[in-house]
Amino acid sequence: MTNAAASPRPFASSGQGMKLEPQPQKPAGILPPGTKAPDFTLHVTPDQTLSLSELRGRPVVLAFYPADWSPVCGDQMALYNEVLPEFQKLNAEIVGISVDGAWCHRAFAEERHLHFPLLADFEPKGAVSRKYGAYRESNGFSERALFVIDKEGVIAWSYNSPVAVNPGADGILQALENLPK
Amino acid sequence: MPKLKVPVSAADHIQGPESAAVTLVEYGDYECPHCGHAYAIVKRIQKHFGKRLRFVFRNFPLAQIHPNAEAAAETAEFAGAHGKFWEMHDLLFENQGELGGPLFLELSEKLGLAAEPLEQALKDRTYRERVRADFSGGVRSGVNGTPTFFIGAQRHDAAFEYEDLVAAIEDAIAPSALSA
Repeated sequence: MTNAAASPRPFASSGQGMKLEPQPQKPAGILPPGTKAPDFTLHVTPDQTLSLSELRGRPVVLAFYPADWSPVCGDQMALYNEVLPEFQKLNAEIVGISVDGAWCHRAFAEERHLHFPLLADFEPKGAVSRKYGAYRESNGFSERALFVIDKEGVIAWSYNSPVAVNPGADGILQALENLPK
Repeated sequence: MPKLKVPVSAADHIQGPESAAVTLVEYGDYECPHCGHAYAIVKRIQKHFGKRLRFVFRNFPLAQIHPNAEAAAETAEFAGAHGKFWEMHDLLFENQGELGGPLFLELSEKLGLAAEPLEQALKDRTYRERVRADFSGGVRSGVNGTPTFFIGAQRHDAAFEYEDLVAAIEDAIAPSALSA
């Protein structure tokens, strides 16, 4: 919540302090629309897991992101937290995914008052991110990649944001609204 | 590139003439320190451009991390309903460290507005919908945090220090002259 004099734009640069862009990465490509979303099971708390298949029957938003604890007072996850009522109106479930461990996610979610699950793509590290084409080998963390999965479990929309740019929620909301009822 | 989806209208809080060459729209949160930082910059920007610039402020309270942000926004809207939006907007940013019920009432009295109606409005959440409408429109336009600026319809993704904003606004006013 500090960095008062921060410039460049604090939200657009969440993750300062890490080397976010050491080298431009060849876009290997995230999974495109029409692909069946690979199932996975990840820790959502230190003693609970969540599988994508458990969420079948309603739209799911997967938000891969580089890391917890970006040093700004609002970031991608904070924004989704605020937009949660709008996702809920569209009957969608949103989950965040990064390579941080479940204990780290817990502390982060508590500190930022996040009201949606954060999944730990921690062991083997980045395995799920890789399945979605959303892992940055050169950095060792996930891309800032978004997927909207329809109620049948098929990817309806995906978007890979430059890793230093918070993609916002407009694309997700649009994609959710475009889903067949 | 995300664009402003909700055009500036009479429902907005606007400074500067309709004939201005360019409109700067800020989505902000009274409790956000970056917005506090931007407040002084925007003042300088307005001075620099004078009548060439129109400025619009819209609410984007990040309520989960800023517990006073919504009430502050509603206080400004209350003042706005009594013709004192900008005075309250300025006072809230100038007293950002003290946000909370007592300050809202004190500022309201300072502007010659009675404290009781404000207390009631905050209790009844009279201006909540107005604030939420700003927020929703912002999300649809790609606001991804605070402050988010739009110059014309274009989201400004670069830094928002004085020089950066001046350059971006100049560019919007006379793109050909600068890119030539």
